[in-house]
Amino acid sequence: MSALKLKKGSTSHSAYNLRPTFSDTVEKHTLAVLVENEPGVLARVIGLFAGRGYNIESLTVAEVDHQGHLSRITIVTKGTPQVIEQIKAQLGRIVSAHEVHDLTVEGPSVERELAMFKVSGQGEKRVEALRLADIFRANVVDSTLESFVFEITGAPEKIDAFADLMRPLGLNEVARTGVAALSRGD
Amino acid sequence: MLPCAPMNGGFFMHNSNRKSEHADMKRQMTGAKMVVQALIDQGVDTVFGYPGGAVLPIYDEIFQQNSIKHILVRHEQGAVHAAEGYARATGKPGVCLVTSGPGATNAVTGLTDALMDSIPIIVLTGQVPTFMIGSDAFQEADTVGITRPCTKHNWLVKETDKLANTIHEAFHVSTAGRPGPVLVDIPKDVQFATGEYQTANPSNSRYQPKVKGDMEEILELVVAIETAKRPIFYTGGGVVNSGPAASQLLRELVKNTNFPITSTLMGLGAYPASGENWLGMLGMHGLYEANMAMHDCDLMINVGARFDDRITGRLDAFSPNSKKAHIDIDPSSINKVIKADIPIVGDVSHILEDILKIWKSRGRKTNSTAVSKWWSKIEEWRNVDCLKFTQSKKTIKPQYALTRLEALTKDHDRYICTEVGQHQMWAAQYLGFEDPNRWMTSGGLGTMGYGFPASIGVQMGHPNALVINVAGEASWLMNMQELGTAMQFNLPVKQFILNNERLGMVRQWQELLHGERYSHSWSESLPDFVKLAEAFGAKGILCSDPNDLDDAIMEMLNHDGPVLFDCLVEKHENCFPMIPSGKAHNEMLLGEIDTQGVIDAKGSVLV
Repeated sequence: MSALKLKKGSTSHSAYNLRPTFSDTVEKHTLAVLVENEPGVLARVIGLFAGRGYNIESLTVAEVDHQGHLSRITIVTKGTPQVIEQIKAQLGRIVSAHEVHDLTVEGPSVERELAMFKVSGQGEKRVEALRLADIFRANVVDSTLESFVFEITGAPEKIDAFADLMRPLGLNEVARTGVAALSRGD
Repeated sequence: MLPCAPMNGGFFMHNSNRKSEHADMKRQMTGAKMVVQALIDQGVDTVFGYPGGAVLPIYDEIFQQNSIKHILVRHEQGAVHAAEGYARATGKPGVCLVTSGPGATNAVTGLTDALMDSIPIIVLTGQVPTFMIGSDAFQEADTVGITRPCTKHNWLVKETDKLANTIHEAFHVSTAGRPGPVLVDIPKDVQFATGEYQTANPSNSRYQPKVKGDMEEILELVVAIETAKRPIFYTGGGVVNSGPAASQLLRELVKNTNFPITSTLMGLGAYPASGENWLGMLGMHGLYEANMAMHDCDLMINVGARFDDRITGRLDAFSPNSKKAHIDIDPSSINKVIKADIPIVGDVSHILEDILKIWKSRGRKTNSTAVSKWWSKIEEWRNVDCLKFTQSKKTIKPQYALTRLEALTKDHDRYICTEVGQHQMWAAQYLGFEDPNRWMTSGGLGTMGYGFPASIGVQMGHPNALVINVAGEASWLMNMQELGTAMQFNLPVKQFILNNERLGMVRQWQELLHGERYSHSWSESLPDFVKLAEAFGAKGILCSDPNDLDDAIMEMLNHDGPVLFDCLVEKHENCFPMIPSGKAHNEMLLGEIDTQGVIDAKGSVLV
């Protein structure tokens, strides 16, 4: 099995390797790219996606190793298996990219996102918003007599669900960080 | 400054620490000097460039040295194409030096061209001083931003201390792995400031692409070679880029297996055109036998080619019954358009060496009975003689002009460049290339105006060789100002212009696809090329009679200096064979038989 067919961290028994490479099914993948923290490096990554017509669902970036000047870019993208493979290969060509990992196929991983919701309302709606926030383990980080700002952390689906519930209760502003993800275990 | 004022501390050093300070002095230098020093340390002998405000300190250093020749071009695009020609013909990276703003933006076409064809070039650009970046200063452009998608990598150097190292790294990145263009943007204050010079140490670089192929995959390919009934080698520019050793190994492998071999436009010369197993170029204007063999093969061995759309034609009908092995140094080339059954990532020469070693150790087996049957099939296709043409008595057919050029120059130490269009395809079909690095053409980007400056770069790399640029009159005019460069530096480049007073390929497509409505595809108000040559002090030759052609070509070859050869050819000649857009390899058009309506609406959307 060549390195090309098998991504680091996966095994030859992985079901991923059994899929047809040229299938038409669109899949969602979370990629982690470790890059040299230098000016323009994010533009290289984003420019690659824009220039080749790939899709970005979410993207987060921050320096993770101050001494080693390394930033971690977490990208959630969608595409057919062939497109996903192309994206990874193209990311790997970027001279300032140190490592490219596909967390979706390299074994189990955890994905978390932080979001802030501003919900304005009075009376029963305001009480209901607070009650639902409690159920979703969202924190109140700011409050006025007519609004709350909730902070919620979790998988993107949980945040989507919370947003759906808040909408009829007066949701009027949302800020989301995008997904941060790590592989499980060592 | 007063005449007696001390210039700097160095003049008044104490005797005791003179030695150590001298060593330090050696390592300390201005950024501008570092540029020249780094180029010398990288073994650069030629730089193509054009001065301007933001590179004046570097030009001042160039003025004060004799190690590096500077070729003053007449347009920055010319500098980059010349560097490409130099790189392609010598195997060494080409170097350009241009100024900020318009200097850098004019280089963009050349950078994109080099990126598409994987040509190693290093472009050094001046930039406005760091404290003015972002202020819309005079001749300021976001050079690294503009060139990010058209370079393999680029750098903006903001500290003089990092300049030398960055230039060394630029050479390493440009030449290691899949070669490509790189750019180093150097603000003017960084050129003036003094910093520490670092020597090159490419092994320290983090960029170390994999060159050795996976042994398991190589073995799988060897097994496939042993059993294949209808094999074919499909080779590309990667063989040329890998170096002369790769071509030697390829020839050995082809000879020993007796497999047929075809090549892309970029790979011509890696296997000799006179070789017994040579089928000629494949693709849209490739040879009938090459395309038919690609379509019917059962084992396709792709060596350093990338399944470009000019090669594959209709994807779902591309070589439907073959196992495909793909050797490429760039993992992103594999499975990009065509699924590879045996993907091998690494450098062509390393992999070919391993294939030969394993294949020999397993007893040099092939299915020779089946392969000889395959050859008799190929012979049938060859007998179609897809390149035949009828030369008329009155006008010169472009194919005839190239046939005569080939006959009269093939024994010379010869390098051929081309522009882009019909003449380029005819040159690929009718000229024979015996060695790699002898054929310089813009393949991926298809840049009209590439050939003339490229020929200047080739001649710089091989001063005593015969360098010919096969051109069309429209392409040639796109960078005609470089005739000044050729004259200034006594570069005897021969410009062989097949003048049909048309944008031939555009005209051909309009005939086939757009109901013969020839919208803006004729060259009106053409100059008198002989007078144009003479205006620059060069020699011009006009030839329109087939009977005069040989003498005129000899006159061109015997003239010691640049020649502009205006060869008036048949105006409405189409380039055949041709795979129409959206069609498969076995649906080639062979000539002026009914070409109407062969490209359907779906095909006409394709370029």
